[in-house]
Amino acid sequence: MTDPAVPAASGARQFWRRLRTQRAALVAAGVVALLVLVALAAPLLTAVEGQDPTTYHPSLVDSARGGVPIGSFGGASADHWFGVEPQTGRDLFARLVYGARVSLGVALAATVVQVAIGITLGVAAALGKRWVDQLLSRFTDIIVAMPLMIMSLALLAIVPASFPRPVLVALVIGLIGWGNIARIVRAQTLTLKELDHVSAARLSGWGTWSIARRELLPGIAAPVITYAALLVPSNITVEAALSFLGVGVKPPTPSWGQMLTAADVWYQAAPQYLLLPAGALFVTVLALTVLGDGIRTALDPRAASRLRIGTGRRRESKAPGGGTA
Amino acid sequence: MNGFTGFVLRRAVGAGVTLLAISVIVYVVFYATPGNVAQITCGPRCSPEQVHQVARQLNLDDPLFVRFGHFLQGLVAGQDYSTGTSVQHCSAPCLGLSYQSDQQVMQLIWAKLPVSLSLVAGAMVLWLILGVGTGMLSAWRRGRFSERVLTGVTLAGTATPVFVIGLILMIVVCGELRLLPFPQYVALTDDPEQWAWNLLLPWLSLALIEAAAFARLTRASMLETLAEDHIRTFRAYGVGERSIVGRHALRGAFAPVIALNANNVGSAIGGAVLTETLFGLPGIGQELVHAVNVVDLPVVVGMVLVIGFFVVLANAVADVLYAVADRRVVLT
Repeated sequence: MTDPAVPAASGARQFWRRLRTQRAALVAAGVVALLVLVALAAPLLTAVEGQDPTTYHPSLVDSARGGVPIGSFGGASADHWFGVEPQTGRDLFARLVYGARVSLGVALAATVVQVAIGITLGVAAALGKRWVDQLLSRFTDIIVAMPLMIMSLALLAIVPASFPRPVLVALVIGLIGWGNIARIVRAQTLTLKELDHVSAARLSGWGTWSIARRELLPGIAAPVITYAALLVPSNITVEAALSFLGVGVKPPTPSWGQMLTAADVWYQAAPQYLLLPAGALFVTVLALTVLGDGIRTALDPRAASRLRIGTGRRRESKAPGGGTA
Repeated sequence: MNGFTGFVLRRAVGAGVTLLAISVIVYVVFYATPGNVAQITCGPRCSPEQVHQVARQLNLDDPLFVRFGHFLQGLVAGQDYSTGTSVQHCSAPCLGLSYQSDQQVMQLIWAKLPVSLSLVAGAMVLWLILGVGTGMLSAWRRGRFSERVLTGVTLAGTATPVFVIGLILMIVVCGELRLLPFPQYVALTDDPEQWAWNLLLPWLSLALIEAAAFARLTRASMLETLAEDHIRTFRAYGVGERSIVGRHALRGAFAPVIALNANNVGSAIGGAVLTETLFGLPGIGQELVHAVNVVDLPVVVGMVLVIGFFVVLANAVADVLYAVADRRVVLT
């Protein structure tokens, strides 16, 4: 009987070695780590600043001019590092760092839900009876076909308003976006099922559940991690988009997408009100995408070099026959 | 050719079955919460009796499958609705009446559809040109500095949400440089020139984001083709590099680009919702956001089904195109 712990451990070491050789992925990992740290330490950071994300400061905005922040650069000062929000006077730094919590938290939670559903249904389809497979696969086809943005937007119409909004948004995104994971898991499980160690386990009378857990899960880990790593930035974008439309995370909870809803009106008086959340979104999604590409290259170098998707692999681009133009 | 016709027919039937399944799932999911809907339609100050009356008026008390039966019947044969005093006939395909305005959902969608179609169709032309062009260029300039710049720009494109790029474009082009007026929808049939000018920025915003994926794919599949033996043979025969990249390698990218384009119709419609909201274009996206905010379920369900129709249609057309483009594809 193969012990899954042994190949998994050496696989992990190999993975780190391959990830370390990619400079872009390392930088991205550093940025992501920093963002996670900021999100976790949001209460601490705002305590240092001495502000919180929800208190109104009417005295800091000029109500005669429609609520423009008083002072240069949108009211930035020693008290309010990034200035204040137009109209309400809420502290922008506090809203930005708390926004990181919402963005990353919702995206990660949604990814966990997507991966959990995807693995369950994918394995069930691959190991189940023919009709189970047919049913689940057709259902997956439909889920994949429906646009994630539209479906989550529409679903948010019927969810109970009493629920905490960020949890709800994460759940809705998670409940819809699992289709591709399920497909990948099903395909991988079908391949693994035919391998000797799985047949051996079956012949020695293991139950389906133990086979799935001990023989199959280690085998599907790599493709699932690869795809999940790219789901995180996509989920961040969807959350930001929903909040931008006013149906996602609602005030007073801060979210980057929601901050951008009114930003275009204020760009002249308070340009950072637009640029900060936009920049935060851009850097976060970019870093996560580059890291995801790096993880893919590290987990499956052959596929990555075949597609030449790796971001820091200059050697690839000088492959034989290249650069003759 | 008979095999091909049969393939198209089978594909059409498959698309129809998928659509039916989608409508069952969507209907069940959205109408499984009846009490809530009546309460919200009635307003927060309604008494329980009034809520109950609204629920009865909207037939929310009937079992779900009965209501779905009515819905399907309306879709196929049309339906009559009594709106208190008069009877309104809703002809097939009928998606029901809006809870808010008693307007027919299908009419509502028909009125808004030209805006969204203009947006997505125009943007699609742009993203195909931009994406395939950029991908070709970076495959051609492989290993050069310019290729790395293009790769960087493409990566930035995949990381930028459409509403961020739209916001920045709008502020820079319309606000600061005043090159274009802030977009306002003008119907194509009214004034084609104004139609195009006003849609230019929304098109660009949507296309720039979508083009990134096409650039990556085109580059990857062209590089894959360039590594194949028949290309080496062309080179050995002295075929020019421009012709090899521009004609033979590009052919290899054709099928994957078609497939991606079909897959991206869904995400593009999602992007169109954001673009419409951002630029204030009165399309179905804006209407959908409004319907979600006021919990107008017939409108939400109708929109989701119409969007699902377009996605399924795009995939079916892509499959057929795929088979036409590449005769090696096995027709099943």
